[in-house]
Amino acid sequence: MATQSLMRRLPPVSVVIASLVLAIMLILVIFAPLIAPMDPRDVASYSLMDMEIPPVFMEGGDSRFLLGTDNQGRDLVSVILFGLRISVVIGLGAVVFAAMLGVVLGLIAGFFGGMVDGIVMRVADIFVSFPTILVALLISGIARAQLSADAMLAWAPLVLIFSIAINEWVQYARTVRASTMVEIARDYVRAAKVIGLPSPRIMARHILPNIMSSVMVIATINLAGAILTEATLSFLGAGMPPTYPSLGTLIRIGNQFLFSGLWWIAVMPATVLVILVLAVNVIGDYLRDHFNPKLMAT
Amino acid sequence: MSEVILKTTDLVREYDLPRPSIFSKQSRLRVLHSVSIELQAGRSLGIVGESGSGKSTLARAVMGLERPQSGEVNIAGKDIYALDRAGLREARKGFQAIFQDPYGSLDPRHTVRTIISEPIVSLERGTSTAERNKRIAEVLEAVGLPLASADKFPHEFSGGQRQRIAIARALITRPALIVADEPVSALDVSIQAQVLNLMMDLQEKLGLSYLFISHDLGVVRAITDRVAVMHLGRIVEEGPTAEVFDNPRHPYTQALVAAVPKPFSGRRKRIRSDAPPQTPVHTATTAAGCAYAAVCPMRQEICRTRTPEAKPVSPAWSARCHFA
Repeated sequence: MATQSLMRRLPPVSVVIASLVLAIMLILVIFAPLIAPMDPRDVASYSLMDMEIPPVFMEGGDSRFLLGTDNQGRDLVSVILFGLRISVVIGLGAVVFAAMLGVVLGLIAGFFGGMVDGIVMRVADIFVSFPTILVALLISGIARAQLSADAMLAWAPLVLIFSIAINEWVQYARTVRASTMVEIARDYVRAAKVIGLPSPRIMARHILPNIMSSVMVIATINLAGAILTEATLSFLGAGMPPTYPSLGTLIRIGNQFLFSGLWWIAVMPATVLVILVLAVNVIGDYLRDHFNPKLMAT
Repeated sequence: MSEVILKTTDLVREYDLPRPSIFSKQSRLRVLHSVSIELQAGRSLGIVGESGSGKSTLARAVMGLERPQSGEVNIAGKDIYALDRAGLREARKGFQAIFQDPYGSLDPRHTVRTIISEPIVSLERGTSTAERNKRIAEVLEAVGLPLASADKFPHEFSGGQRQRIAIARALITRPALIVADEPVSALDVSIQAQVLNLMMDLQEKLGLSYLFISHDLGVVRAITDRVAVMHLGRIVEEGPTAEVFDNPRHPYTQALVAAVPKPFSGRRKRIRSDAPPQTPVHTATTAAGCAYAAVCPMRQEICRTRTPEAKPVSPAWSARCHFA
């Protein structure tokens, strides 16, 4: 009996595995420069002599290159580690940016209601009526036309974060607005008003902490989406440049060789992407069901 | 005649009704019809009435939460809706509130210390930590909670204890007026008595005035000196609590008093109104006639054509009925 009740408190095995996978990936991402056998950004560290070597477990494999090399002779383990790093940073950046924008606007809309609410929510409606990918392609296209190639290299991650977040904030704004409206009807908010607390302080100190759990749940679920959107954009050539590749860029490069038998160049980064997104999604779904059963329908 | 702590003059509060389409004209619901009340310092005034009679709207208007469309709320001689921001903050020190639901009125994420000291932090900036701790200890003692409660969270307390915390929060700025919106309705009957006794003790000790809103006539009778009966946003009868309840003059008050179940009264006569079951509703306009006429057992032709004025029953007692 005791073990049963303990079992019920523990998250399901899938969530435990997903958390472990994610933790390992985060460690790899943080320490990528120390772990990776070579630096893919350093042209001198790789040689065209080593190009298109298959993974070690295949005939012709080289023990120096665990997962083989790509068409430029870059070690796939290294490019994937650095690519994973870029994907995760852009994903997190987009989620944080979208969450901040959405939470602030949602709080304001829900708290003040009326005209303010109407304007903010109609703007939100306009933003979601454009598909994310379309807006992102547009923004990165404009950025590409305006910035020089060098500048684009430096700005590419920020442009990506901005173009992904610009659509995703709406979801936060809507949820936060709805939760805020629930909270302001409760007496503790009324008590805070009688006390004479200024509105921004009521929002920050009383309402925000009480609605943060739903924001965290959306953020986790959105993280997977943001990583995928970034990969899609990079795959389409509107994302990270090949010299500074994310997972999506790596898949795009590999895609060119997929039918010439060099499958590993595309499949290896794609597998890592699938595992990453799957792990984040499993955790996100668990958090949603666990902390906020009300959200299950969405 | 003692000092008047709270006086409202012809308060009118209307709510916008949702429009059927964006092209239709905005219609409004009048929830307070020229409500005027007066409360002497150190006394308590009860507001009774059924759900939807506008009791809580009146409370919100008095607490400075919802600006009325017209009329004045004077607290300690100042019209709180005419004050500027700084003036209103200053005035807020003089009045505090206790709410109905002690589970909802305390932010679950803050400790009791944070909750209780928030009015000082907000309204008396620059109070030293030592002074703040002294005041916290003072109010906790006043409401009968141990000093150790300060570092606990609201969920660690029972309903009655939470209401004590809410009272402590209301007391910390040393206000003269406390607006209590159904402060004991959510509590068990035994706990209700404790909280009511505490409120009466505090009134005696600190000279507080209460605006006490409740649907429970027994509770109002126990704690208030005067009572105002509200029906559809109008005060239909106002006078000394005991006299009004013992000998109600307005038919609505009579119906309210008769509706209170009396324990130990043996086989009571069942009271059935001859009038068809009909719930009067708020009206958008101030049409002529008495709002209670539709269900009133005493209605005459005059009730449909003329709005009754407040008729004095005695110098301190009035009823808004043609036949009072």
